Formats: sequence, structure tokens, C-alpha cells
Amino acid sequence: MPFIPHTPADVAAMLASIGAADLDALFDEIPAELRSAGLSDIPPALSEMAVSRLLQERAVADGTYLNFIGAGAYEHHIPAAVWQLAGRGEYYTAYTPYQAEASQGTLQLIYEYQTMMARLTGLDISNASLYDGATALAEAVLMAVRAGKGTTRRVLVPATVHPRYRAVVEAAVRDQGIELATLPYCTECGHTLVAGLEAYAARPAAALVIPQPNFFGVLEPVDALTDWAQAHGMLAIAVVNPVSLGLLKAPGQWGEKGVDICVGDGQPLGIPLSSGGPYFGFMTCRQALVRQMPGRLVGATVDRDGRRGYVLTLQAREQHIRRAKATSNICSNQGLMVAAAAMHLALLGPQGLKSVALAAHANTRALLDRLTALPGVTRAFSGAIFHEAAVRLVSPVADVLRALRAQGIVGGHALGRDYPELADALLICATETKTDDDLNRYTQQLERILGRREAPPCGYKPPAMRT
Amino acid sequence: MLIFEHSRPGRRAASQSPASPAAADDIPAELLRAEPPALPEVSEMDVVRHYTRLSQKNFSIDTQFYPLGSCTMKYNPRVCHSLAMLPQFLARHPLADPDTGQGFLRTLHELQEMLRALTGMAAVSLAPMAGAHGEFAGVAMIRAYHAARGDHGRNQIIVPDAAHGTNPASASKCGFTVREVPTDRRGNIDLDALRTAVGPQTAGLMLTNPSTLGVFEPSIAAIQEIMHAAGGLSYYDGANLNAILGRVRPGDMGFDVIHVNLHKTFSTPHGGGGPGAGPVGVSERLRPFLPIPYVVEERGYFRWAAEADCPQSIGRLSAFGGNMGVLLRAYVYARMLGGEGMRRVADYATLNANYLAAELARAGFDLAQPERRASHEFIVTLKRLKDATGVSAMDFAKRLLDYGFHAPTTYFPMLVPECLLIEPTETESKETLDAFVAAMAKVQEEARTDPDLVKAAPHTLPVRRLDDVRAARELDLAWPA
Amino acid sequence: MSIPTDLRYTKTHEWARLEADGSVTVGITDHAQDLLGDMVFVENPALGRQLEAGEECAVVESVKAASDVYAPIAGAVVAINDKIESAPEAINKDPYGAWMFKLKPAQAGDLDGLLDAAAYQAHVESEAH
Repeated sequence: MPFIPHTPADVAAMLASIGAADLDALFDEIPAELRSAGLSDIPPALSEMAVSRLLQERAVADGTYLNFIGAGAYEHHIPAAVWQLAGRGEYYTAYTPYQAEASQGTLQLIYEYQTMMARLTGLDISNASLYDGATALAEAVLMAVRAGKGTTRRVLVPATVHPRYRAVVEAAVRDQGIELATLPYCTECGHTLVAGLEAYAARPAAALVIPQPNFFGVLEPVDALTDWAQAHGMLAIAVVNPVSLGLLKAPGQWGEKGVDICVGDGQPLGIPLSSGGPYFGFMTCRQALVRQMPGRLVGATVDRDGRRGYVLTLQAREQHIRRAKATSNICSNQGLMVAAAAMHLALLGPQGLKSVALAAHANTRALLDRLTALPGVTRAFSGAIFHEAAVRLVSPVADVLRALRAQGIVGGHALGRDYPELADALLICATETKTDDDLNRYTQQLERILGRREAPPCGYKPPAMRT
Repeated sequence: MLIFEHSRPGRRAASQSPASPAAADDIPAELLRAEPPALPEVSEMDVVRHYTRLSQKNFSIDTQFYPLGSCTMKYNPRVCHSLAMLPQFLARHPLADPDTGQGFLRTLHELQEMLRALTGMAAVSLAPMAGAHGEFAGVAMIRAYHAARGDHGRNQIIVPDAAHGTNPASASKCGFTVREVPTDRRGNIDLDALRTAVGPQTAGLMLTNPSTLGVFEPSIAAIQEIMHAAGGLSYYDGANLNAILGRVRPGDMGFDVIHVNLHKTFSTPHGGGGPGAGPVGVSERLRPFLPIPYVVEERGYFRWAAEADCPQSIGRLSAFGGNMGVLLRAYVYARMLGGEGMRRVADYATLNANYLAAELARAGFDLAQPERRASHEFIVTLKRLKDATGVSAMDFAKRLLDYGFHAPTTYFPMLVPECLLIEPTETESKETLDAFVAAMAKVQEEARTDPDLVKAAPHTLPVRRLDDVRAARELDLAWPA
Repeated sequence: MSIPTDLRYTKTHEWARLEADGSVTVGITDHAQDLLGDMVFVENPALGRQLEAGEECAVVESVKAASDVYAPIAGAVVAINDKIESAPEAINKDPYGAWMFKLKPAQAGDLDGLLDAAAYQAHVESEAH
């Protein structure tokens, strides 16, 4: 029996100990009319060999592509050591570290992670992680409203924040009566303009969300935005790419006082793209907000002999104690992802992280230069970028992407669905993983496709639902 | 030692990042970082040794038995990990066109369908990334359902007092108030109290069955009748699904919405606190409100459903759809079990729990529900031992660590004083259970003969009893730079 | 368990004392601190806040539990004890000395509706069963 070690003799001895005639007798408290007949709709069992063959064939059929999408999930080199270490059974199969004395490995690792994230973002404290960057932003919005003691339930969110993040925040706060006001962006430069915000300060708001870089890859005027928010009695919430912080100013240093809360997705720190997850969300904040922080926190303490050790702390904020009044319903952190991120950051170090950020920046600049040299490709925005940029194409974006795919290239993310005014625009990203040859291959294929520009072959209809 | 204490200025794992950094002179200087972040400066071997040594300070399923009630700590098959880590699955960008991931999407669709069949629900979404996330989605759907009918007065969710803390926390996160109903002496919901509690303000009921007290709620039909008569919906918390897999389906029990903890019932690893996954299943009337995305099939082509497909959806729960790697692991596990194997899960989890309960009772322990059949878990109360010796459930739990067993869940559910909630799961052998009974009996003996030994436990782990009061009073959440 | 006879009590385990100046001092009882265990955090109401009788107005938190504190009577918060916010363990050591806040009662005589020591003792005993 797969994963069940019982021999017939064991079963007989155990039933005798219980005083039950058979296994069915163990379910005698379940009303007979509720008992189901069986699981005929579930396919029969496969051996490990058979299921391996099945999934390997599916994976190979899916294939691999030369990827130029970023849009919130980024391809980076991951040192081999990261997942060999994180995959150790002692991390992989451990439970949440409630029994601290038996979980010092996980607990110290999270404490190290918290320290790294606090330093990276320039804030005082970090929690032990949330589900992903989008849910971390939702929790930050709720936290800002709580910190304001409910005096206002309005939060300002620039349109340059990742559209999926905005959708997740909307779904998470809707039922608590929180209003999200969307701020416009400069269609020429591609970032939020402080000058355009005064109208939004007419009514009080609990927080301003500040993305850096923003969804278009463009750098926001973060100092001015942070100061503006705080001058208007709002908390400043940064949403950042952690790799960019190897190069860019830490949110704790933005403006006069630094932001109050910083969140983001930790995926670029050692987590594969993985078709969408698991990733992890990080959250750091000022010390003064610690009791409003959702999720687990690891703190240092001492044992009976005065030896340093680590425990989960401030648990009374959490759902298992505070129940309906908890800071959040969140229970899990993305523990294993955090383990990988801590190992990844330790392997890169300050110089390594900076050189990854610089190389990704340089690659995207180089790709942008080559693409915009082609006829029919122009930059969508003039603002400075980190490692991602929007370009406008003369041909329909969906057709271009389909043609690139046929050449084994995933050419970028179409912006039109979320930004109708950018229906002709494509968001592209070339991290440090891309070589000069990769950039050339993309450029040549795009040149060929744009040069072709004829209608699709007669009779061909793109599948209606596939866009 | 911390990784920061290994750090030496100028040391690095040089092969892990680009060698010659380019310039970034097109970025305005005021946006650049003045000082590099104070990350550790260490060699690759420093990292490997440090994190290998740290791992050795952990208990884990691979090294220890975890009789941890309500957590279903079963064996995590290795192949689930290696297949979820196939390079093509790992390399795929979440926003890449579905053309590039038909095998992946087909796999998730099959998982959706298996979960649907297994739970008896009308439709399933894999979007929630944890049990509590599934609860949020489920309660949000209940809210959306009433709102869509213009029934705006329903602002209350009923939760039994024995429920997990996430239930009331999830209900409040959706803007509901929470009304608790008591549990009677046998561990069942007090039906009279439930009748009194429901009314035009009732949006729904959240129920775990078997309950957190480890017993099956036999009055489930009556409970559903009361809820339906009141116009409320019912939510099944799948925390204890392992107990009834293949025996009873939540859909057949009349529930409108459920979540399944894949990191419990489907054996995906706990990873020291996550990631998990908490897919939700719904009855027909809640289908329009399912969270997106979920996988749809159209004539053999698979893609994610999005906003345009389901305008009444409660929306997105994550940026990129969910914890895909966890879903793949659960899929592999489900395929290896097959229908018959799934039924055996409940059979042998229940056999192990009832055997352990019988043997512990023989060893002199007090069961909280001695007259009831255990489900996949049961409760021992140490109240008598504490009154006699001063040894608490916490002390007892810490001493078990010295004997190489992870402690059972302590002080939950809060209704039973000095309790240990014990769940052995189906993957443990009789020998392991017998060794655990022997350790429990030994600690009980020690509590009577040398209570201070137990109160001072653990004695053999990397640290002795940690001062969590000091941790909370003198917060130290990051290593000083 | 100590239940001083000169104080008044609530069923939610607050104590209240009428001061000579007409204000009412509020804290949590010895029984409450014993149930909660080692106190690690106290959050008092804001100075000047108007409270209804029975309104949630403060939080006391230990390592293993958190509990709301309810206003025993209606009134305005006229003083808070910020010493216990930096040293919450004082509540464990001396629950009747480590007061939390003072109210100016909305109506004189409100305290008469609260439990006396004997009635509180009976209430605690009834909860234990």
C-alpha cells in the first residue's frame, strides 16, 4: 500500500487492541447515509516510475523558451547550493517552529532572513514573510488603516502599481469597506507626478503606495512622493523589487524620514519562476508599527542557561490566540522560500546583489537600444528605468508575440489588457541571465516579424479564447 | 553563530554573480543607494556549512515522528518534490501564453477534477495559497452570494467555540462579526444554542468535521437543516479531511463551500511554516463567485479563467495564480494513491489514532472523549497529572522532545484543560506508535517521581527551555549591524 | 487569590476604586493576571476618550493570550498609567497597585451597580465549574 507501512499482522493486532472487528467498524459513528460508495472518479494508482514518466513527458512537451517577460516575476541565476540546502529534509519537512527548542535551525534562519530584509530595505524590522508580493501589499494597506485607528479607510494607489497587485488588494480589502483611489501617471514619462496629487489630498487617506521601480520598469520620484504622503498625514508604503535594492536607494532612506512600511515579492531572491509560485511576500516596517504587523515574527531570547536562542514572538497578535481580533487571519509564512532567499542573499552578498542589479539594468538598456533602432519600435516612456521597459510596436502586439513564440521566444508582456491606452505596448525585461546572443536573437526575430507585417495566412483564425 | 558573524569585508562567492559590473549612469544619482546593503560577506563554503549545520538543529518528518494534532504531519514522498522541480515547470513564466504550458495546465486541471470528485463539490479553484487563504476565499464567496441576491443584512458568521483561530479571523477579515456557539460534553455542537444563534443576520456557519476535538459530528444533517432554514450557508474547514477521505464527502454532507489543506491531506511538505495550498470547492450556487484564476478546458485546450470569464468572481487572491509547485506535488501524490489509496488514507489514519488512544488509555492516560470513537486524532488531558505533580502539558511536551518525539499539539482546543491533541497519520508504523506510547508512559512516570526533571525539560536539545516572556518584552527581531 | 474588599468588580475581571476626587481608578484583578500569565504588553485608551460602560477600551497581552479590558462604568479617561506600558510585569506583581487608567464617571453612583468582593468571588468560582 503506497506510504502505509502496516502488515496484515499489524492490522490484526491493532484492531484487537481497539476492540474493533474491522476497519469499517472504526467509522461507526458516521451516519450510514453519509458514507460514500467509493472514489470511482479518481484514476487508479500509478507507480513512481509511471507518474514520473507522465510528468516528464508533459514537461518536455511544454518545452523551454527564451524568456523576456518580467512584470513582477524575474528570471535570475540561482546558485546550485540554494535549493540543495533548502531541499534538505530538515528544512523541507519540518513543521512551523512552535516547539522552539526543536526548531532552532528554522528559527535562526528566519531571524537571519529578517535581519537581511531589514537591512536591504533600510527599515527596523521584518516579519517572517507573507504569501506573495500582492498579498503583502494588501496586508500593508490593512495595517496602515489599523495604524490610523480607523480614522480614514481610504488609501491612494498609483496606476503604476502592478495591475495584479491592485486586483489582489481590491479583493482583500473590499469587504472591510476600504476605498482605493487610483492615481494617474504621466503618459509621457511613465511615472506618478507629485504635482498631480493635490486633488487627492482634499480628503484624508491612511496611506500612499509607492512602487519602485513601477510596473512599467520606470523609476518613481520616491523622495518627493514619500515626503508628500507624510506631509499629508499618510503613511508611505513602498512596493519594491528586492534585487533593485542592490543598486537603488533603500525605502528607509526615501525622502526626509523614509517610508513607514515596505513590501514586495521575494521571488527574485532565489525562487524559480515556477509557473507562478510558490513565491513569498516580504514586509518590513518601522519599530513603532510592530504590533500592527501581520504574520509571524522570530525574536532572539535566552534559554535557562543564558544561551542565545530563537522563538516565535508576539504571537498574541495572531489568529490562533487573538481569533476574530487578530491582525490578520494569516497562519503560514512561506518558510521554505524564505530559507532559499536567506541562502541566496548570503551567497550573493552586497557586491553580488549590486552586480546582478547592474547587469540586469545594462542588459535591458542594451536590448532597448537594439529594439528601438528597428523601424516600428519606440520607447513608450521617457523616464529612467531599472531592468524593464515598455515599447510601442507598429504591429499588433498579440500577433508579434505569437510569431516570436513560434521561434522559441517569449517576447514580453502585452500591456493593453490592463492599460487600454497602451494597447500597442509590450513590457520587456532582460535580466543578467541574458547573453549578448540572446539579445541579438530577439532583435533579429523582431526585425523579421515587423518587416513581414502582412496579414496572417488565409483561413487562419487565432483561437478566440487564447489571448 | 549567525551568518553575519562569519562575514569578512571583501569576501564573496565570486562565481555566483556577474564579474564586471556595468555602470548605471542613466539613473538619477538621488535614486541610487549610497552604501551597499549590509548583507553577509562570506564564501560559498561558509554558506553551505552554516546552513547545513543549522538544519541539524531542526526536528523534521524525515528524522522524527510528529504526532501533531490538526496538522497531519505525514511522510512527504520524495518524487513529489523532484517532479515539481522539473526544469520546464520551473522555468516557465506565469504570464507566458497558455500555449507554452499545456502539460502544466492539464496537470492542474486534473488536480482540480480529482479534488472535485473527492469532495463532492460542483467546482474547484486552486487559487488560495494556504488554509487560511482558502477560508478567506470561502467566506468572501458567502458574502458575495448574499450580496448578489440583495440580501445585505447578513453580517454574522457562526463558529463553534472549538474551531481553529483562523475561522473567526477569516470571518472578520471579510467584514463579518463572529458569533460563537458552544460545544457540548460529547464534543458535538450544541444544537439548541445553534438554533438560538441563527437568524436573519446569519450569513453562514464554519464547521470542522471531524471537529478539532477529534470526533465526527453526527448531527450534521440537523445542523444543515437549521442553517438552510435560516438562509445561511455552510462552510467546511478541511483541516481534518484526512479522517474521512474516501469515506464521506463534504459535498454529500450538504456543505456549500470547503477548503482543502494540500499540505495536510495531500502530503505536501510543511517547509518549516509554508508554503501550503488551500484550494476551495463550492456547490453550484457559489460557482459564479469562485476566486480566479482556475483552469478551464475547451476542446482539449487548457487556459486560466480570468476576469472576463467570471464577472462575479470574488477576484484574485495572488499576483500569479497560486502556489503552483505545491499543487504539482499534491497532484503527484494523488496519482500515486489513486482512488483506493485515498480511501486507505482515512482507514489507516483512523486505525492508528484509535490504536494509539487505546494504548495510551491502557498506560494510564485520560482521554478527553473516552466514550467516543477517535477520528484521525484524539485528545489526552493531563489535568489529573498536573494537579498531582505540577507538571503541565507544556512541560510534558518539552520532555517528549528529549525522547526524540515531536510534541503533540498542546493547549488546543482550549476547551480541554492541559490537553495534548494527538494525530499519528497513516504513514507511521505500529513500532513507532508503540515507541511513542512507551515514551509517554516514561514521562508520566518521571512526572510522578521527579517532576522537576520534566519541568526543566528539554535537556538534550541544542538549547534548553527558552524564555519567551523575555523575547516578547525585550524585542530583538534583527541582528544589530 | 486576592480580592480586596474595598474595591468593586466586573464580571469581565476589572476592578474599580472610587477616589476622593470623584475619579474612578481601573485595573485588572489578581485572578485575571493569573489566568493570562506573564504580561508583555499593555495598550491603554487615549486620554480624554469617552467610554460607555462595558466598552472595550484597552488590551492586556501575555505570551500565551491577549485580552480586552472593558470600561466598568461610563466616563471620560482622565489619566493613564504609562508606567505599566513600559513595565507590564507590574500587573503580575501587584495587580491592585498597577492600575491602568482613571475615569471621570458620567454619573455619580455608577459604581454601585458593580460586584462587591463577595459577589466577585462567587462569580470567579462559578466560572471555574
